[in-house]
Amino acid sequence: MNAPNNVVANLRRLTRHHLFWPVAALVALVLACGAYSPGFLDVTVADSHLFGQPVDILRQSVTPLLLGLGMCLVIATGGIDLSVGAVMAISLAVSLTFIDANGPGTATALTALVIGLITALVIGTFNGFLVTVLGIQPFIATMILMVAGRGVAMLVTKGQITTTASPAFKSIGSGFVLGVPTPVVIGAVVLAIVAVLVRRTALGMLVESIGINREASRLAGVRATGLIWTVYAICGLLAGLAGIVYGAPTMAADANNIGLMKELDAIMVVVLGGTKLDGGKFSLAGVVVGSLLLTTIERAVIIFHIPSQVTPLFKALVLIVVCLAASERLRRAVTGLLPVRRLQEAS
Amino acid sequence: MTDQKDPGQAPVVEMRGITIEFPGVKALDGVDLTIRPGEVHALMGENGAGKSTLIKILTGVYQPGAGAIRVAGEDVRFGSTADSQAAGISTVYQEVNLCPNLSVAENIMLGHEVRRGPFVDWSATRRAATKHLARLGLDLDPASILDSHSLAVQQLCAIARAMVVRPRVLILDEPTSSLDKAEVAELFRVVRGLRDEGVAILFVSHFLDQVYEISDRMTILRNGRLVGEHRTAELSRMDLVSAMVGRSGEILADVGERAARVAAAEHDRAEPVLSAQGLGRPGSAAPFDLDLFEGEIVGMAGLLGSGRTELARLLFGADKPSEGALAVRGDTRAPSPLVSLRRGVVYSSEDRKKEGIIGDLTVRENIALAIQAGRGALRKVPAKELDAVVAKYIEALQIHPANPDALVRNLSGGNQQKVLLARWLATGPKVLILDEPTRGIDVGAKAEIQRLVTELADQGLSVLFISSELEEVLRLSERVVVLRDRHVAGVIHNGPDVTVETVLETIAERAAS
Repeated sequence: MNAPNNVVANLRRLTRHHLFWPVAALVALVLACGAYSPGFLDVTVADSHLFGQPVDILRQSVTPLLLGLGMCLVIATGGIDLSVGAVMAISLAVSLTFIDANGPGTATALTALVIGLITALVIGTFNGFLVTVLGIQPFIATMILMVAGRGVAMLVTKGQITTTASPAFKSIGSGFVLGVPTPVVIGAVVLAIVAVLVRRTALGMLVESIGINREASRLAGVRATGLIWTVYAICGLLAGLAGIVYGAPTMAADANNIGLMKELDAIMVVVLGGTKLDGGKFSLAGVVVGSLLLTTIERAVIIFHIPSQVTPLFKALVLIVVCLAASERLRRAVTGLLPVRRLQEAS
Repeated sequence: MTDQKDPGQAPVVEMRGITIEFPGVKALDGVDLTIRPGEVHALMGENGAGKSTLIKILTGVYQPGAGAIRVAGEDVRFGSTADSQAAGISTVYQEVNLCPNLSVAENIMLGHEVRRGPFVDWSATRRAATKHLARLGLDLDPASILDSHSLAVQQLCAIARAMVVRPRVLILDEPTSSLDKAEVAELFRVVRGLRDEGVAILFVSHFLDQVYEISDRMTILRNGRLVGEHRTAELSRMDLVSAMVGRSGEILADVGERAARVAAAEHDRAEPVLSAQGLGRPGSAAPFDLDLFEGEIVGMAGLLGSGRTELARLLFGADKPSEGALAVRGDTRAPSPLVSLRRGVVYSSEDRKKEGIIGDLTVRENIALAIQAGRGALRKVPAKELDAVVAKYIEALQIHPANPDALVRNLSGGNQQKVLLARWLATGPKVLILDEPTRGIDVGAKAEIQRLVTELADQGLSVLFISSELEEVLRLSERVVVLRDRHVAGVIHNGPDVTVETVLETIAERAAS
């Protein structure tokens, strides 16, 4: 009598977890791909490097992951950063232009990486300045660079698509560390650093409290300016890293196309991961799941041979299903019709 | 329980045997409520007694599990709030439920705009709004933005809005919690006018004085059950409180002794803990002097809008003082929330929801917030230390539910207030500024908070206690700072011969001069 009730109760608790539906969709998609295309799930070792579709998905999910981690923190404060796509283009342009001028050596590649990241950090700091000191609404403040940023990148590359060669720099995007693709390692390390930064310190809680109730936080002594500024700087820095990781394999600084529309991907993975757009509580694990889901959807489109004209439709359908499944209101409306509820309440 | 012998008119609303269950709780169990036209009917009970639930059933928010509702003699079943409104039941909720960034006219006429074809006739709409305001004796520019008015005026606008549909029954849920005495009188004049027109009014308030002043009869609930229905004139206050709390009403009495005791005692007045000299800010508070000594409770009285909150905000640094000097134990830095927090001055705002709680965070996080802000973001309070602090205050303040992981927004008003007190006390303050800490919370929680304040003062804290309830101010404080028109109008040393009238005289005296 009690046992089935417990199962039902546990199942309900599980489905209420904010990551249940995104994870369920992810698993379903991967299984569907595996069923449709045998061998999809195979991971092979060649040259002591890992290869296979799952590895590719992991590798490609690093870009939305890096963008999403920064975006997640910004959104938690109640803001938004629309400039991340443009920042990707700028930092890549700066790095590749530096390599173009200084040759392909490893030291040059490292310097280029650092310069690219510093540029991104400066841009993030500039966004933070606009939002906190000047009090411009985040949507507008970051739209400035979303629009103008590609122009800046064009200035850096002098209007050309700078192509250059540097094996060391290229390996940031296409190399392997102990058999694992370098981007995956970078993504994992950054995730760990950000997680420690926000959860082992009080940064995460203070950011959430600002996002939920700014005035109450101020009166409790929380100084929002510094925190919000920091968060935009982090978001810029991670966007720069994402640009380099994403663009390094091509070694071509295409100011017009690198990171195009990626800000929307970033917002999407944050929302898919259960963080609300109006700020407050955020979930880093949600960003991980969201970026894996987004990348898997893009891969599934190819696996299923979906005609390219309807690709966006497929993507949209999966996203709508996940969002609907995670909607508490819908769930309440649906579970109200089921006998499960009576059982639950009787227990 | 119902007084069947009453000769009055046929009831406009009859609720019989109303029962509703939520998972795990029987929120209402066989409750009756009868409201007659042309009467003010008070619905009494502590927080959690089921008043809100009963109102929500009457307004169609909830559907009862059992029981019947009759409106004007006809059986009705409210499937939605629209059904209830169509039956002539209109509600003004406790929290002002309007759009602060729309104009007064838009707020009042929302959904009832005067139309000309498919377009809104704005000038006619504004005229109509002016008419509805005039009925309440309010002279406001209907084009002004609602947010530019005080909470009290916004509350009256909410009532004007409720009256647009010309309801048979008007439900007022804590309508006076943000009004000062004159405004309450104004509201009551309006309420009596509506009553005389034959509107039935269901009145919910924590202020016993007001209930006795305005209501003709009352229905008392406790723990979801009907305790009784009485004519107000036939029920003594003590009996009412006893019926509400289900025990003797003496809890309020014993707090009262302290004021007299402390007033008699001699304090070592060598060094004030906090000293303000000519502190002021144009448009906020005129320059004032104030010294707070260790272990002292200083009350602050004055009408709403007299500058009580503004003065408190200057002392804490929530607003920057533009002139004068403030010293806290010799520290003369300009106040800001963080500076104040670090030197032991804390301020609990009157606006619990907007300026107090972080609703989506847990009880633990809400309590931790101020300590954490004092330490900075990078030095997180160790989990063990925090658990101990949180457990200590949940226990000491009897925060219910005693679950540190509960979201604060799910707590009742009284418990949210206790969480806020815990937040400030956890920082180990020397000066505690409490702005309306007992507003809108039930009798039991109120007494607990009052008792806590006196205990804290006995431990050496200085407390600045702001309240609209003069009785409460006089009961607790040693000195009372009286404000009028943003000036300190006088300081009264409390004693056996000081009464509410003394304070009122001080307010009025200056008004006359």
